[in-house]
Amino acid sequence: MPIQGILPVTDGDILGTLRGMLRALLERGVVEAVLVPVATPDRRNLVPTLVRDPELLAEADPIAPVMPVHSSRIVSQLTFTGPSERLAVVLKACEWRATVELAKLRQVRLENVLTIGVDCYGTYRVLDYGAMAAAEENLTVRLLERVDPVVGFAWPGRELRTACRICEHFIPEGVDVTVGLFGVDARQEIFLSLADRRADLAALWGLEEKEVAGREEAIARLREARIGRRDEAFAAIREQMRTPEGLLSIFSPCLRCHNCTVVCPICYCRECIFRTPTFDHASQQYMKWAGRRGAVRMPADTLLFQLTRLNHMVASCVGCGLCEEGCPSSLPLTLVFRAVGQEVQALFDYEAGRSLEEELPLTVFREDELHIVER
Amino acid sequence: MSEAFEPRIVAFLCNWCTYTGADLAGTSRLQYPPNVRIIRLMCSGAVDPVYVLKALLEGADGVLIGGCHPGDCHYQSGNYKARRRVAILQNILRQVGMEEDRVWLRWISASEGKRFAETITEMVQFLKQKGPNPMKGTWAI
Repeated sequence: MPIQGILPVTDGDILGTLRGMLRALLERGVVEAVLVPVATPDRRNLVPTLVRDPELLAEADPIAPVMPVHSSRIVSQLTFTGPSERLAVVLKACEWRATVELAKLRQVRLENVLTIGVDCYGTYRVLDYGAMAAAEENLTVRLLERVDPVVGFAWPGRELRTACRICEHFIPEGVDVTVGLFGVDARQEIFLSLADRRADLAALWGLEEKEVAGREEAIARLREARIGRRDEAFAAIREQMRTPEGLLSIFSPCLRCHNCTVVCPICYCRECIFRTPTFDHASQQYMKWAGRRGAVRMPADTLLFQLTRLNHMVASCVGCGLCEEGCPSSLPLTLVFRAVGQEVQALFDYEAGRSLEEELPLTVFREDELHIVER
Repeated sequence: MSEAFEPRIVAFLCNWCTYTGADLAGTSRLQYPPNVRIIRLMCSGAVDPVYVLKALLEGADGVLIGGCHPGDCHYQSGNYKARRRVAILQNILRQVGMEEDRVWLRWISASEGKRFAETITEMVQFLKQKGPNPMKGTWAI
């Protein structure tokens, strides 16, 4: 059983209290470094930062209402070539879920990593966050004061990212440490849950073991609202995807810049087939195609790229939506990939990021299954 | 179109079973329609969906993936993995409004020359009924 309880917030300063927790990890030698979002010097962004000097935690913001890059990719960078020094990583729920997928894909090694998951009320687009932070100095604290129980973070004139508005997996499950914001008054206390293997941290942080009454209820309320919005959005995109014309209209603005693969936490291949000369055809070939069909759209193979990407990564898609953030043509990639991914993962009773033990659908098989695809 | 529709099939066949089966069909002088273009791979498990998709988007009317019968894979489990890939591919094709029944996965062993010839005959008949791949006339992909 995990150890659960609360941590009092000192002087009503929740960020100060969270920074204190991370500082204690460094100062007591529990870890040698912490990966956590830290404000850039202009304070317009919060970026994953590898901190060794406790003093530099002064601008850390573990709650971070913005996610410019996926920290799971950074965890991969920091552990890929083998365990080094002990490291604590502060992750949002979707960052943890992608970390789980990457661990199963052998791109992350968790042996020396202390995983700290933070309840997530959603994130804003980077430019939105920059504008909001320019106008409001204590943005995270202000956002926490006005959380909408059926939306998450809410701010006049700004909307959460598409992925966050329909996200039902906002609680990190299976991390070493859960930092909980649901069901508590974040001005006074934080909920903490420690996995058995990290029971030692209870004393370090001064955890007061106790039940938090309203937590499950608050989580269920937001989850229900998010699932409602999700299903509505899925129905709309599925309606559009059902016909070749609809599909083409979704993807027709694609430039094939491949930025979606650059930001995607799951697209880890060092050499993506679309960045090799495989589809650089001989010049005459394009002329031939244009002759056969009357015309050919250039650059060619945009739909091929998108459909292939779906096939290659959607079984592990956690729905973080960074593909859409990175897309210069604003393709509705979050909805397409999440909707398609939901059905593909269901084929194997799989849910990306749910557990380190569940086997990746494409690495295993059963002898007696899927006879329906055999002709 | 005055001429009758003749479907084009791209077949990805595994080296050890289905390709050898196709070879046997030939050396046995079995008759089957000439609508198939065969590509030999070492294993059905080596068929990346990208190649199937490329064929379909270029206007192939059907794609056949041929592998060893379950339990007979030269590499132990390649055909089982191919089956999972095809399941995902067909699921995605269906979700994006493309016809997943243009993609066939069939187990044909090296001794089943007759089964190979029958498969091509059957697939050509099926595709003739189904009609041409609508992607053939679309330039904007």
